[in-house]
Amino acid sequence: MAELIKGETGAWEVVLGLEIHCQVTSNAKLFSGAATEFGAAPNSQVSFVDAAMPGMLPVINEYCVEQAVRTGLGLNAKINLTSVFERKNYFYADLPQGYQISQQEIPVVGEGEIEIDLADGSTKMIGIERLHLEQDAGKSLHDQHPSKSFVDLNRSGTALMEIVSKPDMRSSEEVVAYVNKIRAIVRYLGTCDGNMDEGSMRADVNVSVRKPGDELGTRCEIKNMNSVRFIQQAIEYEARRQIEIIENGGKVDQETRLFDTSTGETRTMRSKEDAHDYRYFPDPDLLPLVLDQKWVDNINDNLPELPDAKKHRFIGDFGMSHYDASVLVADKPRAEYFEQVVEGRNPKLAVTWVTTELMGALNKADKDISESPVSAKQLGGLVSLIEDDTISGRIAKDVFAEMFETGKDADTIVEKKGLKQVTDTGAIEAIVDEVLKENPDMVEQYKSGKDKLFGFFVGQVMKKSQGKANPAMVNQLLKSKLS
Amino acid sequence: MTITTTNPERSDDALVTIDKETVAKVAKLARIKITEAEQEKFAGELTGIMNWIEQLSEVDTDGVEPLTSVVDVTLHQRKDEITDGDIRDKVLSNAPEAQEGFFVVPKVVE
Repeated sequence: MAELIKGETGAWEVVLGLEIHCQVTSNAKLFSGAATEFGAAPNSQVSFVDAAMPGMLPVINEYCVEQAVRTGLGLNAKINLTSVFERKNYFYADLPQGYQISQQEIPVVGEGEIEIDLADGSTKMIGIERLHLEQDAGKSLHDQHPSKSFVDLNRSGTALMEIVSKPDMRSSEEVVAYVNKIRAIVRYLGTCDGNMDEGSMRADVNVSVRKPGDELGTRCEIKNMNSVRFIQQAIEYEARRQIEIIENGGKVDQETRLFDTSTGETRTMRSKEDAHDYRYFPDPDLLPLVLDQKWVDNINDNLPELPDAKKHRFIGDFGMSHYDASVLVADKPRAEYFEQVVEGRNPKLAVTWVTTELMGALNKADKDISESPVSAKQLGGLVSLIEDDTISGRIAKDVFAEMFETGKDADTIVEKKGLKQVTDTGAIEAIVDEVLKENPDMVEQYKSGKDKLFGFFVGQVMKKSQGKANPAMVNQLLKSKLS
Repeated sequence: MTITTTNPERSDDALVTIDKETVAKVAKLARIKITEAEQEKFAGELTGIMNWIEQLSEVDTDGVEPLTSVVDVTLHQRKDEITDGDIRDKVLSNAPEAQEGFFVVPKVVE
């Protein structure tokens, strides 16, 4: 579903690839025993290894290795039983070693692929090039002093998984869907918290443009994006910029660019001339990482159900649309909530009440599903009341609004307010008779062929019953009385 | 980087030549300041070193796995436990400048 951009000289295709950095949810760092918790006092979570004191040696954290492998399996990727750590050399104030320990030639995870869900209900497969483990750098603050930078090494040495996609995406929508799917996968696996605000998930976006069918164009890399909305804006700006350059007879320079959130534009960070020459070489302090196939198989056998599998199960078991299923599985707590609501109940009702009513109310209140004032058990209770005809769908909306506000059970509210649906034929018949008696003219007109008046009678009966009459029974009774 | 092999069949000629420009580039990447004269000197020395190492290529290593250790050990792994850190003052004790728990360095903005 390539979305083409119209330029002066015709349609252009934008080609996109992503490098996503995911911080591993470990207690300690990749090569040291210092803590990784976010928001600690500066330099309080730094060991001599992280500060690169002479003579300190890295020792790898087995948990981080396991999480990288689990993530790789979640991306349907090949696991390399032997992988090698290398030094990526560059100088920067927040990189005390003067190199980052990373993986270049042989990463722990090789090629894989994932499915992304698009707004029109279609899906697309996106290739994964690799996943490798590496150290994060420290953090520099540039706004504390006019001529100095402040450096905090708490993040230095924290384990990152860098997930590199193939250049398979063709629109910002696909990129957003890809980021969301990667985030969902790592959250289901629990290998990364996927929190973009706190920087535990960040993306570099590679953008190039070409005429459909042409060779790949020269790409620019937009660094360090930490919001889906900014990624989308950056891609749209950058694609336009490149098209304009080429259409004016120019050439796109391969370079690293930054997205300026205040202007919505990208600008040069460093050009090819001073591009980094990282001089990778195997880290002499670390032996190759060798994994046992049985150990990998064991991890694979114990993976939780992942978003795509869950999505296909929802579609198959509950007959829901692809779109509804993808919305439900996009967030693990949301999927779990739904599974509680649907348990033993009508799937159609459960889907509507979770995706439309509950999510609508949560959005309005700016709340996450984990903060929902209505628990899954409570919403299930409400759905049951609709299912067994205790209340009508219309009354249910009022009950839900009150549940959302007060946190009370549906039963309690229905009981206290006397909202039970009237299903007693005699009682409904009495109201129907009353309505027909009060509106002789209308009855006359209806009988002489004005079919549309039927709705009027239904409305009157419902009004008189304060919305409590069972609508199906009202219809049935009216039909027989008016014929 | 220009490393030129003049004669793959090894003779008494120099096999590898490291020129002045390469020396200047490597020095820049390593943030080492060297003078013109030193560039000349190091070009000669490095060429000598490279050629000495180049002798290794005489050995046929086809089908031989790279040796990563002379003893039979695998990469030692550590449990995911917090065993270190919380030594801010020690970490900062050699810093030329520190303030409010941060290292302080000349402003670096890209």
